[in-house]
Amino acid sequence: MSLLSVRDLTVKFAMRDETVTALNGISFDVAKGERLGIVGESGAGKSITGFSLMNLISRPGFVDRGEILFDGEDVVKMSGKRLRQLRGDKMAMIFQDPMVTLNPVLTIGQQMVETLLAHRKLSREEARQIAIVKLREVYIPSPEERLDQYPHELSGGMRQRIIIAIALLLDPQLIIADEPTTALDVTIQADIMELLLELCQSNKVGLILITHDLGVVSQMTERTLVMYAGRIIEAGRTREIINDPQHPYTQGLINALPQQTLPGRKLRQIPGNMPSLTNIPPGCPFNPRCEYATDLCRTRLPEIAQYGEVQVACHEVQRLQAEGERQEQNA
Amino acid sequence: MKDMNVQTPLVEIKGLEKRFDLDQGFLETLRFRDGRFTRETRAVHAVNSVTLDVNRGEALCVVGESGCGKSTVARLVAGLLTPTNGEIHYDGTRIDDKSRAEMQPLRKKIQMIFQNPYASLNPRMTIRQALEEPVRHHYPSYSAAEVRDKVTEVMMSVGVDPSWAKRYPHEFSGGQRQRIAIARALTVNPEFIIADEPISALDVSIQAQVLNLMLEAKESRGLTYLFITHDLSVVEHFGTRVAVLYLGSVCEVADSATLFSNPKHPYTRALLSAVPQLKDDRPNHIRLKGEIPTPINLPQGCPFQSRCAFANSRCRSEKPNAIHQPDGSLVACHAVEEDRLDQDVIGV
Repeated sequence: MSLLSVRDLTVKFAMRDETVTALNGISFDVAKGERLGIVGESGAGKSITGFSLMNLISRPGFVDRGEILFDGEDVVKMSGKRLRQLRGDKMAMIFQDPMVTLNPVLTIGQQMVETLLAHRKLSREEARQIAIVKLREVYIPSPEERLDQYPHELSGGMRQRIIIAIALLLDPQLIIADEPTTALDVTIQADIMELLLELCQSNKVGLILITHDLGVVSQMTERTLVMYAGRIIEAGRTREIINDPQHPYTQGLINALPQQTLPGRKLRQIPGNMPSLTNIPPGCPFNPRCEYATDLCRTRLPEIAQYGEVQVACHEVQRLQAEGERQEQNA
Repeated sequence: MKDMNVQTPLVEIKGLEKRFDLDQGFLETLRFRDGRFTRETRAVHAVNSVTLDVNRGEALCVVGESGCGKSTVARLVAGLLTPTNGEIHYDGTRIDDKSRAEMQPLRKKIQMIFQNPYASLNPRMTIRQALEEPVRHHYPSYSAAEVRDKVTEVMMSVGVDPSWAKRYPHEFSGGQRQRIAIARALTVNPEFIIADEPISALDVSIQAQVLNLMLEAKESRGLTYLFITHDLSVVEHFGTRVAVLYLGSVCEVADSATLFSNPKHPYTRALLSAVPQLKDDRPNHIRLKGEIPTPINLPQGCPFQSRCAFANSRCRSEKPNAIHQPDGSLVACHAVEEDRLDQDVIGV
């Protein structure tokens, strides 16, 4: 049985004059110890997905329908007390900006010990010892001294390591990392990603990595979901999706990267913008930007369905696959 | 552009230095040491003797991580900051010591595009007002109709419908705002554009649109760019030449093809290896020790020595000078000069 199973999750936000659907019937599973990437541009709903898994959606947002089964138990229906047991203990979250995630008026040690004492019957000294072990695991030099330091005394990369150490404190089964390295420099990003990968593999921890960076997803995850305007439009093994994307949006996203075009040539851009959630076009949400759109695409929403190795939500995918094969034969 | 003198660079930066004083008031400078008060001032050494040329018609990319001084270089060249030391020449004339009035005629030749299109457009001005203002200012002889025509022409060229001109910035998406910011730079017919991270606030599919626009403008208007970015894949695509900055000093300057195929400075190599690759299964990442030191107390010698695997006693005492390499690149590294970079170590 999978560790996490999301079924038909729909999240809405009640605005002043209308209700906006931020997530529209998304379903996916994460097996124990599996690493899943969620990619998309801003406004696609990837962060909302991450937040709703921990039941962190607060008003005006609400889960309209669907279920999030963690170890067979529905997170959406959990009581406050049960949620507190789950959060941090079974599931942990790493946020984007290490500069604002830590409490600036508490020392690193206080924040780590607090987390441990909230969940386990331990003495302060025992908790401190666990904190030191975890800091050592994320390669923090001289962890004993760090415990008495405040967040502002540490660099961004160091803080993100400490946040990872806090996420790992209670040996969770699943880590949700929402753009964990976007605020960091490339060399630091590479370090943090390597560390996260190593820890997930050695501790058999599941990882949901939310990012806009296809390169990061490609190196970190086994499976990938591509989101667009609150829906999953393509899902499958990361290798397949990167090497042979089926949905025109995924193809566009990969082709738009500068490394996919010869230097100085015109980049293959996707025209237009992601629709605003208040104004999603009828039919396939991607149809106004899609070069293959037909009348069917403009009127009927494509359901996500299995095509070969991957799941795709596109009416034209079979035609596109056939055309692709024909081109390959000709070449 | 061919008939112009290609030999002299459009912009010459010579020994540019910029320090920001941290302790500004008298009391802030007082320190209590060994039983008595002394006065000392601390300064952020943002840019340290940077020498660079920007040739006509090229796109010189300046790359580096946060705090390396790349934005400060851009602002110094644009005249938004005054250098502590060094000279900046534009088209043969020195510009860093000019007064505001003397700079006026040059301002329309040198334009800047900023990172955040949400902050760089005045929210209380319509797009038309924002775009007409620089034309009126720099071309006072233009009639209202001429100004309007110019703005319409530029809006069309950046792909923003001129009928939207009466709208306000908040009505546009980030990508459209960045187009408008580019349009504003283009309205005064500049020849040199300084772009400070112009696409890093945008989504991937929108980044491609804006980069294409900037490439088109380069071709059709014969522009020269100084392009500041941290994104190496953009550099490879957009830049004709690249300068790598670390802690306010230039590590390596090379043609972008040379830099990407054959990086020489240990920092450039580490930086290139850290970029997450799309199709490469095995990341071949060179791990750097520690993190970037603060630019307040600069280490003696090479700025990169504290994280460099090849640092020796010479690196710790003597700052390396940029030396020309056989393939035309400039590299400031003792290890490269002495040819003691071990290929095997790099490959691991």
